[in-house]
Amino acid sequence: MRKYTHILLGAALLVFALAPVLIHRAPYESTMGLVQKIFYFHLPGALMMLFIALFAGVMSGIFLFTKKPWADHYALAAAEQVVLFGAMTLVTGPLWARKAWGVWWEWDARLTSSLLLWMIFIAYLLLRRFGGPGSDKLGAGMALFALANVPFIYVSVNYWRTLHPKTTVVPNLVPPMAGPMWWAFAGFVLMSLVLFALRVQQEEQRARVEALYLAADEG
Amino acid sequence: MTAFFRVAWLIFRKDLAVEARSWELVSTTVFFSVACLLVFTIALINEGQAVGDVAAGILWVAIAFSGTLALGRTFERERQTDTLRALMLAPADRPALYVGKLLGILFLMLLTEVILVPLVALFFQAPIVDWPLHLAALLLAGTLGYAAVGTLFAAMLVRARSRDVMLPILLYPITVPVIIAGVRGTAALFQETPDAALAQFWLALLVFFDVVFVTLALWTFEPVMTE
Amino acid sequence: MRIIRTVTLALSLCLALPALVGASQPPPPQPAQEEFVPLDQLPPEAELPAAPMVIAAYVFVWAAFVVYIFSIAKRLKRLETDLRTLEQGRRG
Repeated sequence: MRKYTHILLGAALLVFALAPVLIHRAPYESTMGLVQKIFYFHLPGALMMLFIALFAGVMSGIFLFTKKPWADHYALAAAEQVVLFGAMTLVTGPLWARKAWGVWWEWDARLTSSLLLWMIFIAYLLLRRFGGPGSDKLGAGMALFALANVPFIYVSVNYWRTLHPKTTVVPNLVPPMAGPMWWAFAGFVLMSLVLFALRVQQEEQRARVEALYLAADEG
Repeated sequence: MTAFFRVAWLIFRKDLAVEARSWELVSTTVFFSVACLLVFTIALINEGQAVGDVAAGILWVAIAFSGTLALGRTFERERQTDTLRALMLAPADRPALYVGKLLGILFLMLLTEVILVPLVALFFQAPIVDWPLHLAALLLAGTLGYAAVGTLFAAMLVRARSRDVMLPILLYPITVPVIIAGVRGTAALFQETPDAALAQFWLALLVFFDVVFVTLALWTFEPVMTE
Repeated sequence: MRIIRTVTLALSLCLALPALVGASQPPPPQPAQEEFVPLDQLPPEAELPAAPMVIAAYVFVWAAFVVYIFSIAKRLKRLETDLRTLEQGRRG
């Protein structure tokens, strides 16, 4: 692993080690009590899922139109992280919802769109894995369509009546709650960077191995 | 500009001519969609009564499923005769090829819907003549959105492994917003007291989707299809 | 490989802290049920306990990170052995 990855990893672990303490000290929310504390991991996970999905879409666009291999490596690593953070969001959300709303799931706009985005990226990974040669370009084309889906997810909650807390919750957080939230978010970002660096490095190695196999076949 | 549309039209006419020899795609797709409709109707009707907005939902599911088949088999035909590569070698605008294939798929799916909608009206006593223009517009906009994405993906997958199952895997999550809008708009028209304003809202959303998806498809068709 | 072990150990230690947090708020004792009580008339202690949900949420998040890191590490190791064999074959 490269040196900066070590530093990032150390920072990420430090942030995560302190997070539970900060979260424990944060005040209870008046209507939801203890279970609202899931928010401190649920929201960063959801934000990461959205931003990384955007990033994956942009990288796919770059790869599709410039054919640069690094863009494809970045897109693939990012897509895996969308599935990772999406899984976290879609598991922590219902755990919170069961207590706060009484139901595990609701088919409102934001939940539906988030589930769809997650499934789109799972489909992307399936295509990359099982689509055979040339699936890197096909995946890139598909990821661009996924990119078009992302803004719709964020806007949807403000246009339909929904149980889900509105997006105005975040800017209006009181400081004792905002602190732990942004701290946890920092931890997620650092962790994401570490995982990304590792995964891209792995993709580059894989490409090198493939090239060597091809050369060995011809030689 | 006119060359673009002329190429697209030529491709559409070519597909139509090939199809007219046997009518294989049309007849099998239409029959499949009716069979689909029957299966869902039998599954969801209890003691002769439909449950809620089931009519609209069943209609759009039948459209989606038969659309997937139509897409797969249209491009399978191209793959077997290797005509897609011949088309790509021709000195024609690539996006024009896409539009030509899209017109063919659209024609096939709309033909299916012409059969499906009266059947849905028959099975569910759905009021299709109250707001015919709204209904037609919803069907056209929804089908265009679905076919736009489907044509691109099906063309993309022509040489891929496991393409039969890959098409639905890729297509359905991306076109769910189109299906949602189509179903909710159609359901608004099939209600006890049809809500035309609500249907118009969903129609506007469908048109927005169509613009985005068709533009994106035109943009990405060439880089995705070239070696 | 050492890095992976360190990461797992550290993450597991981080896991211990919220477990302590959760344990410091023990679930309320359940009242004996003598009759059916509608949900909104239940005393607050008899409602769905929140602590298991919170703990499950945090456990899942950390488990997901650990599983993903492990899968990358495994594939990376395999690739590095492949690379070494291929390069030796080329030189030899």
